[in-house]
Amino acid sequence: MTDNHIPFHCEDVHVSIGEKEVVRGVTLTIRGGEVHALMGPNGSGKSTFANALMGHPAYTLTGGRIYLRGEDVTEMDPHERSLRGMFLAFQYPMAIPGVTVANFLRAAVKARTTDEAEMKGFRKSLLAEFERLEIDPAFATRYVNDGFSGGEKKRLEILQMLMLKPTLALLDETDSGLDIDALQIVSRGINHVAGDNVGVLLVTHYQRILNFVQPDFVHVFMGGRIVRSGGPELAHELEEKGYDWIEKEVNQMAGVS
Amino acid sequence: MTMPTGNTTQAESPKPVVNLDIRDDYQTRYGFSDPEEYFMRAPKGLNHEVVEMISQLKKEPEWMRKFRHDSLDIFLSKPMPQWGDTEMLNSIEFDSIHYFVKSTEKTGRSWDDVPDKIKKTFDRLGIPEAEQKFLGGVSAQYESEVVYHSMREDLGKLGVIFLDMDGGLREHEELVRRYFATVIPPSDNKFSALNSAVWSGGSFIYVPPGVEVAVPLQAYFRINAQNMGQFERTLIIADKGSRVHYIEGCTAPTYSSDSLHSAVVELIALEGAYIRYTTIQNWSNNVFNLVTKRGVAHTDATVEWVDANMGSKLTMKFPCVYLTGERAKAEILSVAFAGDGQHQDAGAKVIHAAPNTTSRITSKSISKGGGRASYRGLVKAYPNATGCKVSVECDALLLDETSRSDTYPTMEIASEDVRIEHEARVSKIAEEQIFYLQSRGLSEDQARMLIVNGFFEPFVKELPMEYAVEMNRLIELEMEGSVG
Repeated sequence: MTDNHIPFHCEDVHVSIGEKEVVRGVTLTIRGGEVHALMGPNGSGKSTFANALMGHPAYTLTGGRIYLRGEDVTEMDPHERSLRGMFLAFQYPMAIPGVTVANFLRAAVKARTTDEAEMKGFRKSLLAEFERLEIDPAFATRYVNDGFSGGEKKRLEILQMLMLKPTLALLDETDSGLDIDALQIVSRGINHVAGDNVGVLLVTHYQRILNFVQPDFVHVFMGGRIVRSGGPELAHELEEKGYDWIEKEVNQMAGVS
Repeated sequence: MTMPTGNTTQAESPKPVVNLDIRDDYQTRYGFSDPEEYFMRAPKGLNHEVVEMISQLKKEPEWMRKFRHDSLDIFLSKPMPQWGDTEMLNSIEFDSIHYFVKSTEKTGRSWDDVPDKIKKTFDRLGIPEAEQKFLGGVSAQYESEVVYHSMREDLGKLGVIFLDMDGGLREHEELVRRYFATVIPPSDNKFSALNSAVWSGGSFIYVPPGVEVAVPLQAYFRINAQNMGQFERTLIIADKGSRVHYIEGCTAPTYSSDSLHSAVVELIALEGAYIRYTTIQNWSNNVFNLVTKRGVAHTDATVEWVDANMGSKLTMKFPCVYLTGERAKAEILSVAFAGDGQHQDAGAKVIHAAPNTTSRITSKSISKGGGRASYRGLVKAYPNATGCKVSVECDALLLDETSRSDTYPTMEIASEDVRIEHEARVSKIAEEQIFYLQSRGLSEDQARMLIVNGFFEPFVKELPMEYAVEMNRLIELEMEGSVG
């Protein structure tokens, strides 16, 4: 499972916050061109899982390995994972006062290219992505997430993803707090990034975004584990019946009443 | 100025210290020195003979000669300040300082007139290049005296006077006599008395009524000699409805023994006039920098101090504005960067002495590697100062747990009709911010650098573009070590 064409693979990942184990053995493979939805109730550990994959300093990986295109990145710093194609769209993006969106993105793009020509085209491609996401170009001179509305923050996350062209896109509840128009625009961005060589993991509580971004696989995350996997129909089932029925089934199987 | 006990904040988080060497590069870029060859140098130490010698050498009028001697008496009789970093202050060895060093016989009007060795220094600091590109006038001071001076012809034709202070006294004695030491008398504090006794060099600027000087005038101060005292004296008078922007920069070689820089700067903005005074101070870490800066804003006038404090061993500097006319405005924007062994004791003072006056103070400091940054400020409003607006914002960023930030804000408001906004924050770089930037491919050091640049951005964007570039380079220099 360390094929260098496979954007992402992880093996038996365990994550703790302090003393508490929050992710308890997750194995997952995302191949090029695949969109996976990771769904689960609040507190199931799905966000922790996504953040731990990126290398969040507050989360300790207590077991398992993480591979990007066959390379073991388990011990790497977050920026090294980023430079190897991993991207995390944050649920709560941080404000960086005094740093403009343009300068921030320029630094991030520059970190991954030695190609002068690409830097020369930076402004042009930035403006093109603004247009795709229907963002006012004046956005470029605003400070990163500083005083942004929830929807603006989410759009900026997608904008960054488009500019950085990841091979593995992790999206942590990107759909939460968006109205239907914003949701469509954000989905357009995700669909644009998703391609033959790119893997996408959508972490979400609701089925709603899956009307716009068609998943190939749906995984149900509970108690720090993937408890069920299926096709897009599983998401519809969850939408109709909620999470309780799965929880009951899982408990029954585990012999817990 | 009464200074109360304030709040001290030290970072407590056990965050690992990132090893960024401070000012690694200062030595090669600015810390170089020339061999010390002098036309004239006073022996070490300070007494009436030295003062007499300086005055004789400059062939000054009797009133100035007397002013100097009287000032020396005040200096000798005043005790050292009992507030601030008294330990550092008391370590100044006044007897081992040369109070006057003249490195060349005359002031050049073109760079060709400046001795090669000195010209090379200023070339290396990029002064002649900046002059050609975007400045309206340049003054370059080397040790005690100005070695080069020039101003664009068109400004001269408009009646703008931009001379070194000695030249100002020689050529415009009446104007100087009328305003000199009226804003900062020798008795103001021990160091203003010292400067008044041994002052040399600095700038004298007069802008006639209604004249707008659209391009900045710049002075650059360079200390080269060891154990040197530099005491420049600057006086800027903006007559009614005129505008001027003055910029000063300064550097010195890195020596193991200390130098002393103690300037006095007086600004006078007459009715409706506008003065902005920008300082980008970049002293080596062996310089005591004890400066008194004060401006007076008459009716409808504006005085702005834009002040960057980088380098030095101890800086004590609290730019001040007296708002004496109705609707006068004061703006004081300062940043400080304190590294290992440094104490940046900076701040601001505003006195509201007329109705409907406005002041805004913004102070930002960064401490790292055990450095200490203090904000010390006073805002005072007299009973007649009705309808005033005061805004004070202090923002301190601590980069590691050994560094320190203190705030000593004082408000003495005797007027009942004043609107005051006051905000003070001490923060550390959040782990989440670093992670966010790292997740976009920036290393931890690059992430810190970007956050620090952002922190200073409100200041940097106030600078002319060329200086903004220089300022960002200086910040990088301060952060340097592992930033690739």
